[in-house]
Amino acid sequence: MDFGPHLMLATLEGAVIAAILVLTAMGLSIVFGVMRVVNVAHGEFYMLGAVLAWFVTSFLGGHPAIGFVAAILIAPLLVGLIAAAADQLVLKHIDYDPDRTIVGTIGILFIIQQTTLMTFGPEARPVAAPFNQRLALPWFEFTDNGFEMFWPWGLSITSYKLFVIAAALTVLVALWLFLTRTRIGLIMRATQQDSETAQAFGVPVGLVYSCVFGLGAALAALGAVLVVPIQQAHYLMGADPLLLSFIVVIIGGLGSLPGTVIAAILIGMSDGIISVFFSPTLAKIIATFLVAMVLVFRPQGLLGRTST
Amino acid sequence: MPKTENGKTQISRRGALLGLGASAGAMAATGVLPGSLGFAQAQSSAPIRIGFQKHATGIGAAYGRWYDATTTAAVKRINDAGGINGRPVEVITEDDGTDPSRGAEVLEKFANQHECDVAFGTLFSHVVIGSAPRAGELKLPYFVVSEGHHVASGMLNRYTLQPGITDVKSQVISMAPFVADNLGKKVTMIFPDFAFGHDHRDFFSEAIEAQGGEVVAKIAIPPTETTFTRYFPSIPRETEVIYHVMVGPAVLTFVKELGEFFGPNRPELFGFIDSLEAVDINSTGLEFLDGTYFWEGMPRYAQANQTDAEKAYRAAVGVDDNGASLDDPADVATYAHMFGCWETLNIIKRGMESADYQGPQDRTKLIEAVEAMSDMPESEDHPQGAKRFNGKTHQTFGSQYISKVTDGKLVVEHVASIEDGLYEDEVDYTTQAF
Repeated sequence: MDFGPHLMLATLEGAVIAAILVLTAMGLSIVFGVMRVVNVAHGEFYMLGAVLAWFVTSFLGGHPAIGFVAAILIAPLLVGLIAAAADQLVLKHIDYDPDRTIVGTIGILFIIQQTTLMTFGPEARPVAAPFNQRLALPWFEFTDNGFEMFWPWGLSITSYKLFVIAAALTVLVALWLFLTRTRIGLIMRATQQDSETAQAFGVPVGLVYSCVFGLGAALAALGAVLVVPIQQAHYLMGADPLLLSFIVVIIGGLGSLPGTVIAAILIGMSDGIISVFFSPTLAKIIATFLVAMVLVFRPQGLLGRTST
Repeated sequence: MPKTENGKTQISRRGALLGLGASAGAMAATGVLPGSLGFAQAQSSAPIRIGFQKHATGIGAAYGRWYDATTTAAVKRINDAGGINGRPVEVITEDDGTDPSRGAEVLEKFANQHECDVAFGTLFSHVVIGSAPRAGELKLPYFVVSEGHHVASGMLNRYTLQPGITDVKSQVISMAPFVADNLGKKVTMIFPDFAFGHDHRDFFSEAIEAQGGEVVAKIAIPPTETTFTRYFPSIPRETEVIYHVMVGPAVLTFVKELGEFFGPNRPELFGFIDSLEAVDINSTGLEFLDGTYFWEGMPRYAQANQTDAEKAYRAAVGVDDNGASLDDPADVATYAHMFGCWETLNIIKRGMESADYQGPQDRTKLIEAVEAMSDMPESEDHPQGAKRFNGKTHQTFGSQYISKVTDGKLVVEHVASIEDGLYEDEVDYTTQAF
């Protein structure tokens, strides 16, 4: 493939990865920012979103669009409720102690993963995309006849992948409006800045924690519902997003939402481009190396504040 | 025992459980429990225990489920016909998670805990390679249904045999002439990045060069990968044929993305059906496969010239004419591979009968009996077709099928004979000591 079309394809692939990653990492970042909880079970909430999307679509049947719309509404909601319940049942009782929450969320990880294995089974199951046209993309070059357009082999994207990018952007804007323009958002930010003072001012911190944990999981699940027509639902699919989300959150600065967005785009795009030009393994190596460098030279992350 | 203030004995729940457990243990130790004594007296009527190493979870799960269905059907048939040497056959199933280290642990459980006579059934080559050395140490005959060339290459040991399914080297040698003559000479290979895929890479490259063709690019993909579009730009423009073989849970995504990448003007495609095992070829997004070719170990769709043996086998395992479960038409079988379980179990039966197998002390006699086997005609024991077993290399050879996707079905176009896939021996296991 020529360099130009090759780069364009790589960029498009990277944009899709970045779109999903930004949602997943955002969930992890919000949970850490507000609750100071390192949620190791985050990847399993992502997997649960994909699996529930499969259950919803196969239960409804009919045109794929009906099932997909239902899944995008129901799956994140259910996953959010499950996460909030996990918060009430587990995390609350260990007082959000940093060490014990890690062990606690590892437990939640195994419970969700094995329950899925026992009910959903070990197979990968596809969910039909609501629409999926292949869009061949043109490329331009200067020839003797002047400026010419041609259609390179393999340079294409599907309409659904474009939709994923647009949907992720929409959710991101909605989330930003929610956090900065609504009363609930204000309460969350207050809890993030100083939970004790917030409690003194009458903020129900326990309830806020449950909501935030649910919201974080719901964002991961939403990312998974968007990705499941491209990939497939599988009980082990949570591992990769978890690793990448941690990479993004560490590079962006733990708890910093703008930092998370920037890092997700950086990691997603570089993952896409390096994977296409070299190899996906190299992309993972470079991302992990980047984490090490950030931890050495800028431990608070790109936009993180140093802890006081 | 704890006493209350008024002197009555009160048994606590914990005390009661402890007591129960201790008395059960004592009874077992002295042989009072039924069973432990019964077996000792009736050794000859005790079941023959076959340990089935199943890929129940992990990337091989779809194969594991169908290998299980085939094994169950084959054992039922053997038991209905009187078992082996008058003894019933019992299958002990353990999940290996499609993981080499767990595979070796499972063999240990078969040998020491379940007291199995033989172990059987592994497909994924990395699990076979991880488990076989342990089988040799445990002196446990290990019958694999894996396709990998590792048995015949000599890298394993005398206790590991592959009598029920042809290996990759033989498969690709018999496919290469068809690819070069009918599809094209410049081939790009896409294969999974582990032992099985490397067998394809190495032996097909050699075989196509022998036909005057060449492999212009080799694209290795980790078997756990979930997205594939990023690998496809490395396919060179000059490619005439794409040779693809993928495994793992994401094979449907792989084939779909291959179609999306090329759109209407694709090169010729020659795939190993592994890329589509357990996947319906009429899934949305796979329309582009129409007119492409696949290797099949055994034709998934019932063909016009279906044999009676094939028909009986298909019905016994519970598969319809489209290669899907009789109970659920959406549940497509791993039909091109699972016959290996059926045939291997029948070979174990014949081996045990000719060795007059009585128990673990006769394991080496069983291996020698199987090594002595050679030609096996097509029959209900061998529904895939005739086989020729090479006792020196512990590897069997059989016919291979090339099918073309025609109107949403796989129709056999070419059958490669046993002779097409023969190659020089690379090892003689019979010279190794037990």
